[in-house]
Amino acid sequence: MTFKLVWENVRHRPVRTMLSILLIAVPVTLILMLIGLSNGMLEDRTGRARGGGADLIFRDPSSSAVGFSAAALSSKFVPLLAQEPHVVDAVGVVNEPIAGGIDSVTGIDIAAFNRMSGGFTFIEGHTLEKPDDILIDRYYADQTRKHAGDTIKILNRDWRVAGIVEPGKLSHLFVSLPLLQDLISATGKLSQIYIKLDSPERTPEVEAALKAKFPTYQIISMKELESLLSVDNIPVLKSFINVVLGIGLIVGFAVVSLSMYMAVLQRTREIGILKSMGASKGFVMGLILAEALIMGLGGTVLGIAFSFGTRAVMHVFVPASLPQAIVLAWWPIAGLVAVGAALLGALYPGMLAVRQDPIEALAYE
Amino acid sequence: MSEPVNPPIIRIRGLRKTYQTGKVSVEALRGVDLDVPAGEFLAIVGPSGSGKSTLFHITGGLTPPTAGEVIVAGRDVSAVGDSGRTELRRKAVSFVFQKFNLLPNLTARDNIRTALFIAGLPVDKFDPEFESVIDLLGIRGRLDHKPFEMSGGEQQRVAIARALATKPTILLADEPTGNLDSRNSEAVLHLLRDLNERFHQTILMITHNAEAAGFAHRIVRMSDGQIVREPEVVI
Repeated sequence: MTFKLVWENVRHRPVRTMLSILLIAVPVTLILMLIGLSNGMLEDRTGRARGGGADLIFRDPSSSAVGFSAAALSSKFVPLLAQEPHVVDAVGVVNEPIAGGIDSVTGIDIAAFNRMSGGFTFIEGHTLEKPDDILIDRYYADQTRKHAGDTIKILNRDWRVAGIVEPGKLSHLFVSLPLLQDLISATGKLSQIYIKLDSPERTPEVEAALKAKFPTYQIISMKELESLLSVDNIPVLKSFINVVLGIGLIVGFAVVSLSMYMAVLQRTREIGILKSMGASKGFVMGLILAEALIMGLGGTVLGIAFSFGTRAVMHVFVPASLPQAIVLAWWPIAGLVAVGAALLGALYPGMLAVRQDPIEALAYE
Repeated sequence: MSEPVNPPIIRIRGLRKTYQTGKVSVEALRGVDLDVPAGEFLAIVGPSGSGKSTLFHITGGLTPPTAGEVIVAGRDVSAVGDSGRTELRRKAVSFVFQKFNLLPNLTARDNIRTALFIAGLPVDKFDPEFESVIDLLGIRGRLDHKPFEMSGGEQQRVAIARALATKPTILLADEPTGNLDSRNSEAVLHLLRDLNERFHQTILMITHNAEAAGFAHRIVRMSDGQIVREPEVVI
């Protein structure tokens, strides 16, 4: 019967109910979208690193596993590493951030890269042939609406799109390694060296040997890279997510509080009727909280649905720069934030309802 | 005051009620004594501001008295707090209001079920005695309709059914015909009288309508917060 009372109240005012649910869905969407973007971008980077075909990554001691670091590693390490036991190939690359650090362009030796990764799958055009050639993957081509033969401006110069390739290999944009080194004044320098082994099972063994030989350098296996590129391992990102959660809680709280305050005002007379029938304070408070719970759950479901919508929009407009993942593990957390905010927001209006004088409530027009 | 034959189900002695509005005190009741025996249909009449509504509200446990003794269905309303008055409304008294006060989102059946639910009674099936009350009130065909789908007279009859569903010791009716036309008013008053006679339901009705008061066994007249005339026997 309690559910019926609550449900009929919710149904009776569909516009108010839908507006409240919509407003609660906003912070849920915000949380899930930002978490999805954080995870999506990290998963994208991990996936592209794996797509390079390497088993280990060799990096300068000062470089960051998470951000883009300056090319500080000498290219002399490439032949040294290639001679190590069980190493079949070593390929050095340079990564240079573009578009404010959201994307990067990667300088590659196309022959060495093809050897290690198995080469690109071309959708349009051909491989790097001239100095101003650039390869872009399908996501970046979709995002910038470019085709083979078009011109693209990156690092303050025009590049000709030589080809469009399937995504998933190291980067979204590729240019000639020596040219990029020259452009960023890093001749003879690399951002990292990808190492391919004769057997992936030997990764721990070779990793240990390299760490012993080059103790100050970073030697990272693909498995380690996955764990390094997780939200939990990036303190700034974690703080950012906590801030977003806090905003979600405050917005949800304010929205439900306002909505429930209006609901209590609108239902003053009904609350008076229930009280005249002997409804206790707990009963009235229970109705208000149950209504808030329904709105919180409704807002959660709608917010989850909206997060699929934002993913679809991102995928259409910025598939390369802002890949958004759907992170199922965050659904209950976002739901708890929404429901928690809804219940907290309903407490004050609930207290008002409980304290209402039944005679005044019955006289309310 | 002549003593009623049956022991009183409502016993009021020296009842006073003062409302404080800012620095102004308004004395709504100034020493009311009243006995209502079980099974009686009593009408309280008086002009606006006479204190009849305040007396009604205190008797129904909607507001506490300032001073005096109020015993309703064996409960000392003057000695209990808010939760005690809530329990009185849940178990011993029911209200019928001038504006019907049905829950607008619920059907007539669910309005009745809500009263049963709050009283802690079974809601799935009405008992045979209450089924006969529904027949008497003539609302069987309207049970699955919402208030906005019913006429004023039908709404008031549903309100009476809802009030009687929990088998209250006392039915308190506040101007029950105030929002009805003369035909529906007469029908509702006949129903109240029938309910009183067939089920021995104690009814306390406040009204300013002398014709409506004529349906009661007794009439108590109030003015300036006091009972101004001894209860007069109508029938």
